[in-house]
Amino acid sequence: MMIRMARAATTADAFNAVAEPRRRQILDALAGGERPVNDLVARLGLAQPQVSKHLRVLREVGLVEVREEGRQRMYRLNGQPLKPIHDWVKDYERSWSQRFDRLDVVLEELKEKEDGEGGSDE
Amino acid sequence: MAVTSSGTAVVTLPADDQIFIKRKFAAPKHIVYKALTTPELVKRWWSSDYGEMTVADIDLKVGGKWRYVMVTKDSREVAFHGEYREIVPNERVVSTEAYEGVPDADANAAVNTVTLTEADGVTTMTVLVQCPSKDVRDVIINSGMEVGMQKAYDYLEKVAVSLI
Repeated sequence: MMIRMARAATTADAFNAVAEPRRRQILDALAGGERPVNDLVARLGLAQPQVSKHLRVLREVGLVEVREEGRQRMYRLNGQPLKPIHDWVKDYERSWSQRFDRLDVVLEELKEKEDGEGGSDE
Repeated sequence: MAVTSSGTAVVTLPADDQIFIKRKFAAPKHIVYKALTTPELVKRWWSSDYGEMTVADIDLKVGGKWRYVMVTKDSREVAFHGEYREIVPNERVVSTEAYEGVPDADANAAVNTVTLTEADGVTTMTVLVQCPSKDVRDVIINSGMEVGMQKAYDYLEKVAVSLI
């Protein structure tokens, strides 16, 4: 019954990916900068296979990227897959802003009218 | 330039089933209240650029009904109605809002709480839209997120820097 906008599967997955608390912890840690997997394991207090599993999900949806540095795998954050949600909220915000711009015009007139009626202290 | 705009509307999603809108206006709150609750004035701003308002019925009392109808540029009629639940003149209006374009409009109605606070002649208006469910909220926002939208939104704050 309700109209839903179609969207790319990868985008949906990115939203699902951040819905999981452990994965958000990982993203939080990576928001502070690039980190090796050992560092994430220590921070989260989880077993390495656990962390690797979450990192794999995050990589699949493009929220984290990885590179090799010597024997280390370095992980870093990429917020781009979450941009659609940001844009949707911004669209909604724009429609309210348009409405309120019109309200500004009405308010300005009411203020002038009130001043003109001698109700002002000036 | 006669009109002073005090900024743009800021929209946030405080919970899965809520939308929060905030905006400052360069006018005292009794004037903002008047513009929000007087049919002839509502007709001038509420429909924004989407169309002309043909109906703005406001029975401003607790239990009183309101109904707004707008005709869009492509001649579609879009109608909303609701009931006032709480009224504090110049400060606060709580009302339901049902979109007549869906089945069970009243069962899917949102509850809107509008507050006005004034400081130095500037009024801050907030609108909290409490939806009956996350699904309804998502339809209003027009996003269609099934899972994790709220978390994603919260998370955006942290990753905003990498979105640019």
